[in-house]
Amino acid sequence: MSIVNYLLSSFSIGIIFLLGATGEIITEKVGHLNLGIPGVMSVGAAGGCVALQLMYGKNIPGFLIVLIALLACFISGGLMGVLYSFLTVSLHSNQNVTGLALTTFGVGITKFIMSRLTRIGAHEYLYALEYFRAPFSKTTNSLKYCGVMTFLALILALSVSFFLYRTRSGLNLRAVGESAATADAVGINVTAYKYIATIIGSGIAGLGGLYYIMDYAGSQEAYLSIEALGWLSVALVIFSLWKPHICIAGSFVFGLLYIANAYASSILGIQLPMAMTPLIKLLPYVFTIVVLILTSIRKKRENQPPAGLGITYFREER
Amino acid sequence: MSKVHTEKEPLFHITKREDLPIWSKAGIRIAAVALAILLCMILSYILIGINPLKMLGSMISGSFGTKRRIWKFLKDLSVLLCISLAVTPAFRMKFWNIGAEGQALIGALASVACIIGLGGKIPNALLLIIMFVSSVVIGAIWGVIPALCKALWNTNETLFTLMMNYIATFIVSYFLMIWTPSGSSTLGMLNFGYLPKLGHEYLLLILVVAVLTIGLYIYLNYSKHGYEISVVGESQKTALYIGINVKKVIIRTMVISGALCGLAGFLIVSALDHSVTTATIGGQGFTAIMVSWLGKFNPIYMALTSFLITFLDQGASQISTDFNIDSAFPSVIVGIIIFFIIGCEFFIYYKINFRHKAVKEAK
Repeated sequence: MSIVNYLLSSFSIGIIFLLGATGEIITEKVGHLNLGIPGVMSVGAAGGCVALQLMYGKNIPGFLIVLIALLACFISGGLMGVLYSFLTVSLHSNQNVTGLALTTFGVGITKFIMSRLTRIGAHEYLYALEYFRAPFSKTTNSLKYCGVMTFLALILALSVSFFLYRTRSGLNLRAVGESAATADAVGINVTAYKYIATIIGSGIAGLGGLYYIMDYAGSQEAYLSIEALGWLSVALVIFSLWKPHICIAGSFVFGLLYIANAYASSILGIQLPMAMTPLIKLLPYVFTIVVLILTSIRKKRENQPPAGLGITYFREER
Repeated sequence: MSKVHTEKEPLFHITKREDLPIWSKAGIRIAAVALAILLCMILSYILIGINPLKMLGSMISGSFGTKRRIWKFLKDLSVLLCISLAVTPAFRMKFWNIGAEGQALIGALASVACIIGLGGKIPNALLLIIMFVSSVVIGAIWGVIPALCKALWNTNETLFTLMMNYIATFIVSYFLMIWTPSGSSTLGMLNFGYLPKLGHEYLLLILVVAVLTIGLYIYLNYSKHGYEISVVGESQKTALYIGINVKKVIIRTMVISGALCGLAGFLIVSALDHSVTTATIGGQGFTAIMVSWLGKFNPIYMALTSFLITFLDQGASQISTDFNIDSAFPSVIVGIIIFFIIGCEFFIYYKINFRHKAVKEAK
């Protein structure tokens, strides 16, 4: 039984990485390395929780509560995307610097908002847990984590994959990320693509934060640990070679490693020393580096990072 | 004819500016910071109801209020500046080393490992030398791994160095668990490997960083190595054409960058903390990237930008203690101000030409 629990928990913690990574893939495919993802995920979570807090005790049907919270979360994540793309696309700022500032700011403002929520009431937003964990909210094992957002995440990942690799707009979007100047010459509206992709990507990443609080963790202190999960999402993008459908498998692997130590004794029957925990937790990063090096050695064109990643585009520059 | 022209012309278009005189560059930056602080004061008045003037006062007293605070200010400034100096050579050749956090942390770990292994068994001076060497070497190794991959296979260095940070963090927490049998994972202050005190306890650290600043300025601007770094950063093709060995420059520069990060780790352990945790660097490796970029990769300007960032940081934390607000508030304020500073760079390098102006010129 514990092995089933382990697999289910890994799968559901992977959903956090999956949402973050799907959002980041859209952003990176358009040529923008958004290192603000941990901040964006935190702010998304905060936005969702504020909406839930406002709807507390208002006699609203459950599905509507979830829908409004998701919307609020998507918008707050998207607003961070607006800030990021205004600075990097319109004001030509350095993407690394802007992204890191976005993380500092996002994590800070989330802590500020969430601790205020805590001070006002007694974390009433957690009342919605049963709606988020539907249809399995009554189960006692790890199946309860597979709530509505799990399915949403899978659908999002697959549709983003379809969009990027099977539609004309997706092709245009990737063209902008490979070489903005070339895309501009063909008549693609580079600025619009960059803005829209970054904003939608940030919105999706924001959902990851809300999923973590309202489904996987279901606790009032969860907002403090979103940042670490956000960095793993950035790693997952590389691990899955910028392809959302591979991300689904990748997120499961990351999930397996992330919680391995907690289940090791009950599954394998051996008590791993506590000191092993950090060594297992660093494996996702090591795997990511190995993938990064291997793809750069093999130089297979479809597996490379977008060629224009991190490069600011200015039309009048030669 | 001209009417048709106006309709088709976009509302504005952006051109690169000629180099602005230094005073108007400084003016734009000061205006941006002033505007940002004003916005923060308004925001905190609306959100929390703090008197804006009292807030400004508390901000200044947070950095310069007492003699102790001034020393602390100088200490924090030096540590931040040291890490910022470390990343600068790499940035000058457009190698995005965002792994300073990990390189400095692993350097600090090396120093602590030396103290735990050798402390009390050998004279203090010898211990300090061994600590210094091992920190610098391991920092350089941490930095050169991504550089080797970049030189050999053109592996993306931004993502690689970012990942190396977390590996360093987890290695530190592994060793902390090994070293603390009780399982508390907190290592107390160690008793060996203290840098000698010159007058004040922070003075030596401040002097070392000051010397480093000037040294790096000379290295980057007046040495052959510094010239090669600039050329590789401008254009790798030009560098190849004039016979610079690009791979060698990339690897050598990252050895220097990583070694300086390791040095920062050594200084933090031997002069300040005498211990290590996963939060020893506390995000300063990332702040250093902003300091270096805002200071235009010039060590002298960077001293000013790290002054500004340290001032904001200490001021904002003073506000949160004075007015009893959540401790996350400072990072919100610092974040907003940094966005303004990042944004204002645009107005220094680009000019916005509005439509009607362009039409007049066309006539």
